[in-house]
Amino acid sequence: MFESPSVDAVMAAERAASFTKRSIKSDAKRAGLELALSMLDLTTLEGKDSPEKVRALCRKAITPDASDPGLPSCAAVCVYPALVKTARKALAGSGVKVASVATGFPSGQFPLEIRLEDVRRAVGDGADEIDMVINRGAFLAGRYREVADEISLVKEACDHAHLKVILETGELETLDNVRRASDLAIRAMNEAGGAHGHFIKTSTGKVQPAATMSVTLVMLEAIRDWYLETGQVVGMKPAGGIRTAKQSLHYLVMVKETLGGLMPSANGAGGIDGSGEHCPWLTADFFRFGASTLANDVLRQLAWLKRGVYMASHDFSEA
Amino acid sequence: MARTTPKRTSPTTKAPKPDRATPRGKAGSRAAAQATPAASSKPSRGGTWDYAPAPETVKVAIAEHYDLFINGEFVPPREGDAHFDTINPANESVLSRVAQGSPEDVDRAVRAAREAFPAWSGLKPIERAKYIFRLARRIQERARELAVLETLDSGKPIKESRDVDLPLVAAHFFYHAGWADKLAYAFPGRAPRPIGVCAQVIPWNFPLLMAAWKLAPALACGNTCVLKPAETTPLSALRLAEICREIELPPGVVNIVTGDGRTGAALVSHPDVDKVAFTGSTDVGKRIAKSVAATSKRLTLELGGKSANIIFEDASIDQAIEGIISGIYFNQGEVCCAGSRLLVQESILDRVVKKLRVRMASLRVGDPMDKNTDVGAMNSAQQLATVQKYLALGIDEGAELVLPGVRGEVEAQTPTRGFSKGYYCRPCFFTGVQPSHTIAREEIFGPVLSVMSFRTPEEAIARANNTPYGLAAGVWTDKGSKIFDVARKLKAGVVWMNTYNKFDPASPFGGFKESGFGREGGVQGLRAYVKLDS
Repeated sequence: MFESPSVDAVMAAERAASFTKRSIKSDAKRAGLELALSMLDLTTLEGKDSPEKVRALCRKAITPDASDPGLPSCAAVCVYPALVKTARKALAGSGVKVASVATGFPSGQFPLEIRLEDVRRAVGDGADEIDMVINRGAFLAGRYREVADEISLVKEACDHAHLKVILETGELETLDNVRRASDLAIRAMNEAGGAHGHFIKTSTGKVQPAATMSVTLVMLEAIRDWYLETGQVVGMKPAGGIRTAKQSLHYLVMVKETLGGLMPSANGAGGIDGSGEHCPWLTADFFRFGASTLANDVLRQLAWLKRGVYMASHDFSEA
Repeated sequence: MARTTPKRTSPTTKAPKPDRATPRGKAGSRAAAQATPAASSKPSRGGTWDYAPAPETVKVAIAEHYDLFINGEFVPPREGDAHFDTINPANESVLSRVAQGSPEDVDRAVRAAREAFPAWSGLKPIERAKYIFRLARRIQERARELAVLETLDSGKPIKESRDVDLPLVAAHFFYHAGWADKLAYAFPGRAPRPIGVCAQVIPWNFPLLMAAWKLAPALACGNTCVLKPAETTPLSALRLAEICREIELPPGVVNIVTGDGRTGAALVSHPDVDKVAFTGSTDVGKRIAKSVAATSKRLTLELGGKSANIIFEDASIDQAIEGIISGIYFNQGEVCCAGSRLLVQESILDRVVKKLRVRMASLRVGDPMDKNTDVGAMNSAQQLATVQKYLALGIDEGAELVLPGVRGEVEAQTPTRGFSKGYYCRPCFFTGVQPSHTIAREEIFGPVLSVMSFRTPEEAIARANNTPYGLAAGVWTDKGSKIFDVARKLKAGVVWMNTYNKFDPASPFGGFKESGFGREGGVQGLRAYVKLDS
């Protein structure tokens, strides 16, 4: 039932490294950085978070760089459930989404009922997107059915909100496990009824290693295979550890070269478009970066492209 | 070799059109404007993002013409005006004119090598090592320049000459420099002695790397060399000659005589040559073997191949796909050990073919000097014509030609990406290939893969071995016991397990059957350059 392809870690790492060898220059660099900015889930997930901190983050998400109003807004602001209302209010009318971690984030070590209630409340408070964690204890013990059932239940609890399933790949350890968890989560989300399942996500950011190129590649391959089988588009969100503009371009190269040849076809089955253009995953609809410090490095690089000088970090607002 | 203008099979030769630099519209802003996570399975058309041109900017000086490198000097050929063009296969422009070495020139070079031999072979081994280390370091220092030159002259992508060829070239010299004073340990209990003058004839697919494979072990073992680079790719070897001068390698130890097949023939048949090493086609290899027969010359041959890449159903398929890609499309498929016969277990055949098509859509074919190019230009008009001949033959014999996104005929093959000039061939593969098809038996030496299936391991092994060649093979399975069992039964000089086209100077390389004999690299490779008999 939960058969997944095996993954050869050596060749996967080699392939992942190949994406860092692309030379992204001038216009492609600018377009890539703007794209990355638009895909950002600006995140703050700390015990010391306050409403004021969240309001600052929301402002930053709407207008990342006040000196360059032509830049896109970020995709979402990601906060703990207790701060959803604050974010909702601060983002009203901006088009920037409110994302909230739920289901007993980051460990998920809470009774199921409490995890589901966590989700319902966050959605009730106005979250557009829910970032859940899977039950890693059950997964590593081989209780895959239980993991899948829980994902389905969370999906239902999400109601109209969109779901991102965090695999916490740092705790799954092997790429075989990453692939199996990806397949399981994608299937569980899509079989839960309602709208098609939305995102799989690498990490909470609380466990090291968080997002890596190899892990993201394996998850993108799971997404591609699901698409080829069903024609359904599932999103991807690497989170944690992506701090530099250069890294974000490496990830975009990976998306482009792993999913770029795909095009939805009329009959529902996944088609292949040799041109590699018009990729659903090259939009914030289906690809996000979960990061807290990436935004300013992207802005810095964009400013450099525009003005030809490197700005100091204090030239950009913190958030 | 005829240097005719390539015959265009395409009726619609497009004007040059640079890759679009900018994605249409401002992808970023537009994406943000509609940053609503789509709930529907029918997303908008999606985003676009293309790479801007990323041309390699290093400029390399190329002289209008080059002479022969004999006895430490550049000397004109005896027939002073005997020069021929060397062409940039990416745009068909003439890069330089190179000397056509005559039999007399070859004789001069061999005599220079002979005269240099006593001093070079008598040098303390540690001193010999120093020269080779110096060569290696100087190659590293000039790596960028050499990579650019290699790409200009051969058509291979700059990414490969920069990241694969040049690092391996330096590694080969470093590795063999280390052996120079340790040969007694390589052959314990024997007394290894140098052979004498080595005649080395190399191909055009890895011009400088093949020179390194030949020169490094020969020099480390105390021999002197006359190297004949391929007719179409002499420039990097001539640069190496300059480096030999820079590091003050004693004159005559390395001589480089350029020219076509006639020069090579004169060299290998020269009576004062002690050892012949050839890498190239099986046809020429056989001719050399004949000419060397009944002489005291030693011979090693590294010839063609039709290597099998075997994918079992329990393999990690996405990674196996990478192995298929690097196996056959690396260096435009112009690799003697290319995994040109893909054997896939029947149960996963459809899946593999589908994934292969997806993966091939991301291969970038075009200007070899663009840093993002994965597949560059074929080496010559002649080689492109050969590949086109096989494409037509494959279709005639009933196999189906599959291109990424295009089910096409030969016409669709060239030129690619709007290049109106240059010898381009789009990567492709054939399905429905039968073992008796010509494309399953003969070496194509291009980006053309023949896909076949099998049902049992025994069948896979039998099919893999059913070839006159035996250079390399790949085996892909997650099962350890199977991989060792199959590898043991394959009649191939190199078997890669869950990887492909991996090279290291410490690892011996060479063939079975019509792929040649002798090994290059590792301790085994030294054997070809020493005398062990008393």
